Amino acid sequence: MFSGITIGSIYAVVAIGFNLIYSATGILNFAQGEFVMLGGMVAVSMLSVVSLPLAVAGSVILVTLCGCLLELLFFRRLRRHSILHMIIITIGLSIVMQEAALHIWDEKVRSLPYFTGNEISTVQIFGAAISPQVFWVLGTVSAAIVILHLFYRYSLYGRAMRACSSNPEAAMLAGINIANMRTVAFGLSAGLGALAGCVISPSAMTQYDMGPGLAIKGFAAAILGGLGNPMAAVLGGLAVGICESFSIILVPAAYKDVSAFAILLLVLFVRPNGLFGKPSGGHVREC
Amino acid sequence: MNRRNYFHLLLLAAAVILIQLCASGLNKEFYLTQLTMSAYYSLVVLGLCLLMGCAGQASLGHGAFFAIGGYMSAVLTTHNLAVWQKAVWAGWLQRAGVLVLQDNLFDGTSQLVFTPWAAFLAAMVFTIVIAILVGYPSLRLKGHYLAMATLGFSLIVYRLLLASPLTGSADGINGVPPWPILPGLTVSGEKPLRISNYYLSWLIAMMALVLLMNLVHSRVGRALRAIHDGETAANAMGINTGRFKLMAFVVSALLAAAAGSFLTHYNAGIGPSEASAMKSVRYVTLVAVGGMDNFWGSLLMSVLLNFLSLRGYFGTYDHAVFGIILILIISLMPDGPFKPLGNLIQRLSTNRIAGGKEKHGSA
Repeated sequence: MFSGITIGSIYAVVAIGFNLIYSATGILNFAQGEFVMLGGMVAVSMLSVVSLPLAVAGSVILVTLCGCLLELLFFRRLRRHSILHMIIITIGLSIVMQEAALHIWDEKVRSLPYFTGNEISTVQIFGAAISPQVFWVLGTVSAAIVILHLFYRYSLYGRAMRACSSNPEAAMLAGINIANMRTVAFGLSAGLGALAGCVISPSAMTQYDMGPGLAIKGFAAAILGGLGNPMAAVLGGLAVGICESFSIILVPAAYKDVSAFAILLLVLFVRPNGLFGKPSGGHVREC
Repeated sequence: MNRRNYFHLLLLAAAVILIQLCASGLNKEFYLTQLTMSAYYSLVVLGLCLLMGCAGQASLGHGAFFAIGGYMSAVLTTHNLAVWQKAVWAGWLQRAGVLVLQDNLFDGTSQLVFTPWAAFLAAMVFTIVIAILVGYPSLRLKGHYLAMATLGFSLIVYRLLLASPLTGSADGINGVPPWPILPGLTVSGEKPLRISNYYLSWLIAMMALVLLMNLVHSRVGRALRAIHDGETAANAMGINTGRFKLMAFVVSALLAAAAGSFLTHYNAGIGPSEASAMKSVRYVTLVAVGGMDNFWGSLLMSVLLNFLSLRGYFGTYDHAVFGIILILIISLMPDGPFKPLGNLIQRLSTNRIAGGKEKHGSA
């Protein structure tokens, strides 16, 4: 149950990342999982130079910049392209980032040290032994979500971003620089992913090819919650995580991922607007 | 198909023969092996071209269909059914030529397996069923959702292949027997059969090409292009968009599965990496590089890049090369390299005729 919530919260972060970019630009970023991987990798490398908190902070900042850079380099110039092109280019980016990670680091599985305690230290709650890292994950993720929510709700920038996603033309008329907002959205979503990559690294490990799996499950979470609704995405993420960890009871562990993807397909086919979303006629599906 | 396409087809056939003669003459026949494999991979690309270029539907699941075709052939032609040898239906099927007794390569015992033709047909039927099951719900989704749904499907297939003992887990299946496709013509990677297999693979690729081009220039093709340009409009014109999209999906899945089946017999084995997301992305790359709705361009690029990749020219950067090509092509030349090139040639020739009076932008 707790492992489900932990991994689910990571899916939730990926799902929020999807939402951020989707609502600002209308692009579904297939490279979302790569940000998580990069976050973990960069932090592991920086750890040899600086202390753990600095390494995490540094990695989040670096990956944020990387996200902004991607937007500036590729998506800003490609506004006029069709959705098909956009999808393909994010897929291309995902591969290139994966391969770059493979060549910069290697195919070895890495991990950060546990933030407090070590592999065997546990905290007893209601008779269940839980690693302290679980609390780090849950704490960081919920703090990030709350801060993000406040940012969207109350800060000028956050409001401007919401304006962009609800009506880009009106936002532009109101004097908001939409292009910059898109860059910020990419940066934010990359930074969030990197943070998730850091906190999950001690228990779930970081590997160069973890991206696509995370992206798919994060997408499943985003869809479950309904795209464009970050808070519902959190619930979606938790649901996917819990389903995945419970599926081990029913099917062999080797098929664990299959169940998560099956959930995705099922939701896509049955309720493409999400469990909490309203069907918006003709938006997602036609016929 | 118009006359120009027939001319191109003749040109392609001539090139295929010329390459074979050169390779044999220069004593470099081993190149033909990779060219044969490239031709089979091109079948997948051509099929995807129909779906992506003409109907405008992105599928990241074609690696999975390739693997389904390949694995069906591999499992059926190697899995021993000797347990049921006494059963009545086994006798019937044996007499009908569906099952055959064969010597095991490793311990000399005889085993009861499906014949390659039966396995191929079973793979085709199975693919149609799977394609309809996957395609019917997912083609009602648009854009991102469709890509994600097909990616999810291919990841499921990949995980199932990796996890189930029937498909040999991570090792895949080897020891797949050669396939005597016609009397005197066998799909097999054996050295003496290299040249005949090379021609066979190209014959199949060209047949697929002719088939697809005829399809595109028919009522169906026009309907598909109408869907590409505007699904709502196509719907309003009375085109049953769902049915046509499903048809394109099934046709392209069938081509992918057929390619998988052929290549499995040619390589005498198949591994789970064929179903990985990377493979599917690679097919999408090849279609994009060829110019999306350009069968000739896709075929050319697919053969070229697959050949280079199979020869190992890209080394450990294999995947990265495909990723970078994908990004560059889409961001710099979203219509592929051939259209701007064609426009340029056209512009130059019209300029010469019209004495340079033609507006440059209009070409």
